Amino acid sequence: MTAQDQPFKQEFNITVYTENQIGLLNRIAIIFTRRKINIDSLNTSPSEIESIHRFNIVITETEDVVRKLSRQIEKQVEVLKVYYNTNDEVIWQELALYKVPTDVIAEKASVERLLRENGARAVVIRKDYTVFETTGHREETDALIKVLQPYGLIEFVRSARVAIIKHSDGFNRKIREFERIDPGQEVIENEFLNSREKVFTM
Amino acid sequence: METLQQELPAAEKKETRKVSGSVALLDALIAEGVDTIFGYPGGAIMPIYDALYDYSEQLTHILVRHEQGGIHAGQGYARSSGKVGVVFATSGPGATNLVTGLADAQIDSTPLVCITGQVFAHLLGTDAFQETDVINITTPVTKWNYQVTDATEIPEVLAKAFYIAKSGRPGPVLIDITKNAQLQQFDYEGYIPCSHIRSYRPKPIVRKEYIEQAAALINNAKKPFIIWGQGVLLGRAESEFKALVEKSGIPAAWTIMGAGAIPTDHPQNVGMLGMHGNYGPNVMTNECDVLIAIGMRFDDRVTGRLDKYAKQAQVVHLDIDPAEIDKNVKTTVPVWGDCKETLPLLTRLLEPKQHTGWLARFREFDEQEQEIVINQELHPQSGELTMGEVIYQLNELTKGEAIIVTDVGQHQMVACRYAKFNNTRSNITSGGLGTMGFALPAAIGAKFGARDKTVVAIIGDGGFQMTLQELGTIMQSGIDVKIMILNNRFLGMVRQWQQLFHEKRYSFVNITSPDFVQVAKGYYIDGKSISDRADLAGALQEMLSHKGSFLLEVMVAKENNVFPMVPQGCSVSEIRLK
Repeated sequence: MTAQDQPFKQEFNITVYTENQIGLLNRIAIIFTRRKINIDSLNTSPSEIESIHRFNIVITETEDVVRKLSRQIEKQVEVLKVYYNTNDEVIWQELALYKVPTDVIAEKASVERLLRENGARAVVIRKDYTVFETTGHREETDALIKVLQPYGLIEFVRSARVAIIKHSDGFNRKIREFERIDPGQEVIENEFLNSREKVFTM
Repeated sequence: METLQQELPAAEKKETRKVSGSVALLDALIAEGVDTIFGYPGGAIMPIYDALYDYSEQLTHILVRHEQGGIHAGQGYARSSGKVGVVFATSGPGATNLVTGLADAQIDSTPLVCITGQVFAHLLGTDAFQETDVINITTPVTKWNYQVTDATEIPEVLAKAFYIAKSGRPGPVLIDITKNAQLQQFDYEGYIPCSHIRSYRPKPIVRKEYIEQAAALINNAKKPFIIWGQGVLLGRAESEFKALVEKSGIPAAWTIMGAGAIPTDHPQNVGMLGMHGNYGPNVMTNECDVLIAIGMRFDDRVTGRLDKYAKQAQVVHLDIDPAEIDKNVKTTVPVWGDCKETLPLLTRLLEPKQHTGWLARFREFDEQEQEIVINQELHPQSGELTMGEVIYQLNELTKGEAIIVTDVGQHQMVACRYAKFNNTRSNITSGGLGTMGFALPAAIGAKFGARDKTVVAIIGDGGFQMTLQELGTIMQSGIDVKIMILNNRFLGMVRQWQQLFHEKRYSFVNITSPDFVQVAKGYYIDGKSISDRADLAGALQEMLSHKGSFLLEVMVAKENNVFPMVPQGCSVSEIRLK
């Protein structure tokens, strides 16, 4: 197989709108684990609609696999809708916290410079340690690790990714359709079938 | 306050009565039209069984001998009747014994509602006696599951359970009910069936343009080929399907789960697909120009090697489950929807045709298969009995009217290949999961689901020993099931593979059996064992005309192989006749 034949894997952001139901996280997670696919990042949060939850899942896979996974997720009874997007189709952020010894930082580095250059802010400053916070893309949060490592980085943690879909107009209008016994075509339509037009012109 | 209460409109004051969660559960079952429950009691489900004691006139409870037998019986019942199968089991081991049946029902889309007892809610997570995390164990093998810890949830959850189990692509649902919820008294307002769940879309809207595109492809096709699966049966669309087949004149082949949607003898029925299917349908899959897949999911046992499967064909795929579209085979036109709706729409747009020449080519392959495989299998002149001739003789007597329940292995493939099916829902087998031990309990359930039919369970000597305890269920319930064991003293299918692909290294496939007739006798079931060709027809006749259950053991050739065969990793067109 040449490099060109290799299916192209990239990061995909899967957005899942669901009912708030115990056990649903497991039901969704096993769709990935069953196929031995690692979840790079998983975040659950409320959505723009009360009682509807939103999962942000990041995996590195080919679009073909992601499409199949998305359909399997959408098939679950308590899942309302699934979207998948590449990184350029979403606005996304991750949050990171860094704990470093205050004395080292104060002595050896200009805290102010660190904060400015890395877009960080100090969350806590205590005599024994300081906690910095930064948000951004992976490269940005990674960059600060490298900067702080020489100053005795004690602890580091990064959050899951949260992502907003650029072209999405949200779920408020859709949910009213879902609540109808006989919803309109758009809601009931499989979004993944919509972009199939190309197939028919073959 | 008093005046305010008086002003309330009378309609808003719902009539309630105090009942226990257990009574609400049984009330839900009756409201859903359930007449038969397969179950096994135990500590954590005792309140439900206590309530059931007073419902024996409305609900028949069949006491099985093992929960796996219970759930397979529930599957057999669902498959023969088209209704939802209902199974009761207790917590812990009772519930875990359901798992094989759940997996089987999930992969074969069988509607089930399983009720498991669970320890008291306050004991959850404490490793209490017979506590198992049933919800998490069964999540991958259920369409939906839910744990009830409060009795007030029961009516709504049961309504959802039945709705989810039977709507859309059917499947098994498990409801785990803690003992306190079974006992708890609450104000019961009556049962309201469920017909809508916000997040659940069982029936897709049919898109006209796809129907039109599909019709255009089919109308222009020179060599169209229909392959159908269980979806036709599950959608109750047999007559709609027949109309399409007959108007279009297209040859049609079936997966084992789809057998019987049109009769075996239908002139356009060209046979069985898949690894041990017929020669023509497999070869022609790679020759047709338009492949029309209806309610089937391109299982690997049907497709063989995927990258060499129907690559020359444009594929029209009719399925109710969007996740099946493009899952294994890239579709040219996806007709997503309930085939009960999509088939008539498609038929209307099709031009009436007769693909006589194309159909004749299937018959040419038939003749080769007949000569090289079938004649020897069905009409051997000497030597030991073959499985095929047993099925042939059975056909002669049942005329294709019986429900055939098969287990898993060589006898299953032979039975599916050669049994005659005049009617829908008359081939009951474990297709996707391949569960040995399925047939005996499933046959019991199938008979409860179709009392007016003759039910014949065809089982291998290996599979029978996996669930033979269910002879006890037959004994106690008095149900009439004909049990036919095709005994080749081997785990035959594995042996066949070892012979063909592992240099005849027969590793642990040599299985010994008890005297099955004596075992049956121990359960007060009459039986007979034969090994001579001369006795076959008479013994089959005796089995079928016997009043009540009967076990017939037929000693068949030890080392016969099932052919044709698409070897693993090969394309369907590389099917071997010997």
